Amino acid sequence: MTMVLPAQSEAAPRAPRGPIVEFCRQQPLGAVSFVIILIMMLAGIFSPYVAPYDPLAIDFASILSPPSWEHWCGTDAFGRDICSRLIYGSRTALVIGFTSSFVGSTMGAILGIASAYFGGKIDNWIQRFMDILLAFPLIVLALVVVAALRRFVVGGVDVNLIFAIAIPIIPRVARVVRAAALGIRVMPYVDAARAAGYSNSRIIFRHMAPNVVAPYLIMLTAFIAQAILAEASLSFLGLGVVEPTAAWGLMLSGNAADFFREAPWMILFPGAAISLAVFAFNLFGDSLRDFLDPRFKV
Amino acid sequence: MLRYTVHRVLLTIPTLLGVALLVFFMLRVVPGDVVEVKLRGDGGAVSQETIEAERKRLGLDKPLVTQFTGWMAGMAKGDFGISMWTERPVMEEIGLRLELSLQVAIMATIIAVLIAIPLGTMAALFRDTWIDYLTRIITIGGLSIPSFWFGMLIMLSLLYFFNWLPPITFTPIYEDPVANLTQLIWPALAVGYRYCAVVARMIRSSLLEVLNEDYIRTARAKGVFEKLVITRHALRNALLPAITVIGLEFTFLIGGLVVTEQVFNLNGIGQLFVQSVARNDFTLIQGMVMLIAAFYVFVNLAVDLLYAVFDPRIRYA
Repeated sequence: MTMVLPAQSEAAPRAPRGPIVEFCRQQPLGAVSFVIILIMMLAGIFSPYVAPYDPLAIDFASILSPPSWEHWCGTDAFGRDICSRLIYGSRTALVIGFTSSFVGSTMGAILGIASAYFGGKIDNWIQRFMDILLAFPLIVLALVVVAALRRFVVGGVDVNLIFAIAIPIIPRVARVVRAAALGIRVMPYVDAARAAGYSNSRIIFRHMAPNVVAPYLIMLTAFIAQAILAEASLSFLGLGVVEPTAAWGLMLSGNAADFFREAPWMILFPGAAISLAVFAFNLFGDSLRDFLDPRFKV
Repeated sequence: MLRYTVHRVLLTIPTLLGVALLVFFMLRVVPGDVVEVKLRGDGGAVSQETIEAERKRLGLDKPLVTQFTGWMAGMAKGDFGISMWTERPVMEEIGLRLELSLQVAIMATIIAVLIAIPLGTMAALFRDTWIDYLTRIITIGGLSIPSFWFGMLIMLSLLYFFNWLPPITFTPIYEDPVANLTQLIWPALAVGYRYCAVVARMIRSSLLEVLNEDYIRTARAKGVFEKLVITRHALRNALLPAITVIGLEFTFLIGGLVVTEQVFNLNGIGQLFVQSVARNDFTLIQGMVMLIAAFYVFVNLAVDLLYAVFDPRIRYA
């Protein structure tokens, strides 16, 4: 990792640049993480073209073969190519990670803004409910939801898993968005909108929501990282994605542990993939926060 | 202060009641229960009558409200019911495993705090130097590497370098401390890494904030040694927010343990929780969720009350 100094604002006036160029200039680490995310996304979208083998093809001739030119990351106990499974696994991780974070963050944001806007009793009720959801660690609540929904797959997508991960995200986003919205609620333009007789929903969606987009986007990216981690954990526990689907967490469970001694590559590569993905989204979220709103700096 | 304390204590009741309601009804919304997993789980053909009889025996046929009030009445007397799978008291099942998990959690906390305080302090003092960047990479790594994979890596390196694996059977620390520690230190490290990262980040940011305060400048201006400025003036104030994080993260360690215990094959609370979810063991899930939530609520309460002790503004608000 190169040592990069955070961009200090120089006094010299500059020609205006696009936000993406500006982001890369100010947040080089963020740009690096964005490239990693982009590669993952491309690998996920074009898996059939990128993957050297069929992720499900069982090849008894090359069971547990170590990494080689033929199989870059080796093969598993069924002779399936680990590299191809990792590429297909990025699809699972991104689809579940993004969808659950999007669902959770959006519901959280709506509840947060509504809570701040209406105040009083409604605020109190919403906050009490959020307190209840916050009394669980993310993975514990996700497990309870998994226990409640059982297996529920629509069109190859594990809907139960998406909800299990999205629900714990709601209160965490709601709290942050509510705090941001409380500041906006007292702005003169909200009073002006109310004085002009606009409806509640118009004020919420047209006047308040655009101003909490920054914290919303920051939370959304940060929780993609958490969601990928949660999906991997649940799949590892055998309560998430099921075989034969290629999923990183699943690749670490079951017979990966049995062949610990003989085939460490079965453990090394999928774990590295999870870590890299979560790392990239964490770093990207961090940089996005610093870029969009220095006040949120932790 | 008394008024504030009573108010805060009373507020925990609706939260816990809400948790109980939520968990109880959530588990029962979708059809399917422990009886099906138990009798049909292996693909065995069991007649509908047998299933109904088993449901009746476990009290699953009663109306939901009756079941709920029965459960609540039991809890009020300290009776959490019996596990629907093992049919032993829920509290007994949990009690058997609590010692192990609690010990791992405490050890993880000690490791995390011991590493995080110097790490976070150094990062703040040498802000924007290679020390800070290195800390940033270490801490983001802690937030990114799944604790269960980190645990696997630990086991793999033990095997590779020492050709040795930690013992599998649990020995209480008062019986044989060496055997106990050689088994539990590794899972504690695995879950402690993330914990350490969270605390170090918190210490860094709160120390940076404190270092900008006027009283730090005053201390420096009157010629206090820099070392004393940091330890006596800055760190002491910066640790208060860090203590909150340490307290709250401690209750969240159970989240890490749920997965990591599986890797090390530890028979603790986390593994029990995963098993009870896989088996649809409603009573056991409910009991454990209540325990986790109650623990969280009380740590939260303790942190709030401590804050009120230290900061009179909160008491009178």
